[in-house]
Amino acid sequence: MTDQRTPLVEMKNVSISFGGIHAVDNASVDLYPGEVVALLGHNGAGKSTLIKILSGAYKRDAGEILINGEPADINNPRDAKKYGIETIYQTLAVADNVDAAANLYLGRELRTPWGTLDDVAMEAKAREVMGRLNPNFQRFKEPVKALSGGQRQSVAIARAILFDARILIMDEPTAALGPQETAQVGELIKQLKKEGIGIFLISHDIHDVFDLADRVSVMKNGQVVGHARTQDVTKDEVLGMIILGKCPPKAIPGPGAMQVA
Amino acid sequence: MSTATIASQQDTPSLKARLLGTPSVGPLLVLVAFCIIFALTNPRFLATQNISIILQQTVIIGTLAIGQTLVILTAGIDLAVGAICVLGTIVAGKLVNLGYDPVFSMGFAILLCTGAGLAAGSLIAGLRLPPFIVTLGILGILTAALRLISEGGAFPVRDPFLAWTGNTMKVGGFVLTYGILIMLALYGFVWYLLNQTKWGRHVYAIGNNPEAARLVGIPVRRHLLSVYLLAGFIYGIAAWLALGRIPNADPNAMQTANLDSITAVVIGGTSLFGGRGGLIGTLIGALIVGVLRNGLTLAGIDPLWQDLVTGILVIIAVALDQMSRRRN
Ligand SMILES: Nc1ncnc2c1ncn2[C@@H]1O[C@H](COP(=O)(O)OP(=O)(O)OP(=O)(O)O)[C@@H](O)[C@H]1O
Ligand SMILES: [Mg+2]
Repeated sequence: MTDQRTPLVEMKNVSISFGGIHAVDNASVDLYPGEVVALLGHNGAGKSTLIKILSGAYKRDAGEILINGEPADINNPRDAKKYGIETIYQTLAVADNVDAAANLYLGRELRTPWGTLDDVAMEAKAREVMGRLNPNFQRFKEPVKALSGGQRQSVAIARAILFDARILIMDEPTAALGPQETAQVGELIKQLKKEGIGIFLISHDIHDVFDLADRVSVMKNGQVVGHARTQDVTKDEVLGMIILGKCPPKAIPGPGAMQVA
Repeated sequence: MSTATIASQQDTPSLKARLLGTPSVGPLLVLVAFCIIFALTNPRFLATQNISIILQQTVIIGTLAIGQTLVILTAGIDLAVGAICVLGTIVAGKLVNLGYDPVFSMGFAILLCTGAGLAAGSLIAGLRLPPFIVTLGILGILTAALRLISEGGAFPVRDPFLAWTGNTMKVGGFVLTYGILIMLALYGFVWYLLNQTKWGRHVYAIGNNPEAARLVGIPVRRHLLSVYLLAGFIYGIAAWLALGRIPNADPNAMQTANLDSITAVVIGGTSLFGGRGGLIGTLIGALIVGVLRNGLTLAGIDPLWQDLVTGILVIIAVALDQMSRRRN
């Protein structure tokens, strides 16, 4: 068990609501270094909202975030990046009108000694990182708008791994990718894991999850149904958690678990 | 080896594709077309003297259009350009006429214009009000306030420093005013900011997708504020250029500055939807407006027709922009 170590990330009793909707309701999740935790749940379960609180995109209404056991003050995306949190958003969050290299460095541009943008250096580094992900990709000079959905997704992934993340959030990172690129992202995840990076992975592909994740945390209607180690549960049991909110014996139930009579 | 060849092939689009992809080529063709038409119908049009006049007439709109470009690139719009510029001329003129040092007076006026930009920016970025409404409100407030300050009428401003931007020098056969050089220097400076610096890249990113810009960690609101601040400063400089052209502070001046500056920006290929376009296009767009007004004046056509033609032109430009957006 990993319990003796300090978790890299601990989100405790986090809640947020939009209007009357409790998008995330008293949710707690944690993540250890070198671990992949899959966040699962039906559409609208609150997965993206939960990780957007960690990435600073949303401000939580209640709850606490600890990084390495210390309370973290995360109020905007810049704060989160200071803690080494990098995010691949489901919506990708790319600027369509600038090219891939500029997108990779957006907000953290490399500059020449004169203070001007160092596009040459940024492009060179972009080629290197993209080569790891999608070696066929060559369209560095075109606005991202002109790229395919999968290529845009590769750009978003490359941006997240460019800056030595310690905590990586991947919200359906392979939704638009072809089989070869998906496999490449799988390899990438395994490699990052070896480097001690903690990864939250949101995915609807239960096979990928069992292949890549050490643990799963399942959400339903904004609440956490439970947590389980992938080696302790079967795919059907996890599906039962997602669909019915039913916690199998070897899982740790959360506030959203179906109450058994 | 083979992959490198493929890469270089993909990275080098054909000349035609590159020309079509360069946004200022279209406006340039329009400018040339107008020049040819006016030159054929009136031999005086191409006289060096007339070209100097066109440049001088373009100075104020050309300068205001720099600020307007910045604002439109962020997907905003500035309807207070003319009013802020008039604020500058009236305040500088009033202070000088009251006996204040002219450098101080002009400096203070420019500062005030910058402040007006800052006020617009604070309301837009801070309270997240729509730029259209905020600048329309500022236009109304300033127009009324300026008429009150100047007691309704225009007044002459006779000061060599305030008029300095209208002084001329001869370059080749052309008579250039210092105002023209100041305008071109501003174009150069802001072009540099937009194309070579982080600040400029963030302007484009925010105009294209403010949420994505926020998520990558760009302080979007602070950045918007800086854009409106710089725009206000540029309108202040334009006030100085205006006093150099006409030594008169007139609260009723620059009625067409909004239409003309927006026209210059949009004809120049900058998208009203934000994030697309640039300053070279705006300079060409401002020249198109200048050439059009000059050519029609030479042809003896009533100024109201000039407004009418400018109005049609801006609508055509916006329609083209919308069409190119849909195609994407
Ligand atoms: N900005 C917002 N404003 C209002 N409601 C929101 C907002 N963001 C999310 N919600 C609501 O919160 C709930 C959770 O949404 P969320 O995007 O987190 O779901 P998800 O688990 O990521 O779903 P999916 O698998 O479809 O991506 C939904 O009911 C959604 O409508
Ligand atoms: Mg989601």
